[in-house]
Amino acid sequence: MQNLEELEKQIEALKAQMTGFDAKVTGNKLSMIVFSGDLDKALAAFIIGTGAVAMGMEVVMFFTFWGIPILRAPNKNGKNKDIISKMFGWMLPKGASKLKLSKMNMGGAGTAMMTSLMKKKNVASLDQMIELAADLEVKIYVCEMSMDLMGFSREEMMDYPGLTYCGVAKFLEEAMDSKIQLFI
Amino acid sequence: MSDSIKEDKTIDLKGLPCPMPIVKVSKGIKDVAIGQILKAVASDPGALSDFPAWAKTSGNEILKTDQEGDDIIFYIKRLK
Repeated sequence: MQNLEELEKQIEALKAQMTGFDAKVTGNKLSMIVFSGDLDKALAAFIIGTGAVAMGMEVVMFFTFWGIPILRAPNKNGKNKDIISKMFGWMLPKGASKLKLSKMNMGGAGTAMMTSLMKKKNVASLDQMIELAADLEVKIYVCEMSMDLMGFSREEMMDYPGLTYCGVAKFLEEAMDSKIQLFI
Repeated sequence: MSDSIKEDKTIDLKGLPCPMPIVKVSKGIKDVAIGQILKAVASDPGALSDFPAWAKTSGNEILKTDQEGDDIIFYIKRLK
């Protein structure tokens, strides 16, 4: 009799463990690192991100390094910058509408052609995709360390609902219970 | 058409390229009640493989797929 009770207890404990395990493993989430600052790659990132929401997934995008300028607000400036930070500011695109293609940019001609082609074929612009992502509650995290390294301040970033600054641990926590992890 | 399916609502996705058709259909399906049928009309050829993938993942059912000219017509039953 006692054995049976013990067995029951063990089964209960196992069940509880399994439920927790299930919740962790089946996190219906996509975590993405947006490392690149090219127009084509950023577009791909947002198309996958918004598509994943449509598929019923939770989506987290973590912007780091060259991906950070994508989120710069075109009409905002940082204050009290040193010369190196200013240089980064000048040399990197100021927001999504200023990105270039990773290939065939041809001094801007290729990017201009692609942008007009996208308009003609009714493909959403990167700005529109970011707006859509916000509407679909795609979560955006920004790497604090890269921001600091390049001298970008929070006041020069775009208004995106729930934009959060964080480090690698936050991304890894999200990635751990995601079904899909991508690096773009 | 012998066994025609009666839709409860129609959503026009013509002229929209990827990813808009599935983004919009995922919103549109919420406008019909569970058990009801949404008719989605797309023109992006990618929709032919995208819609079944979306339906499978989101737990809905495509009852029928028609093609009329450039139009691809899906009858989707909301299951949850």
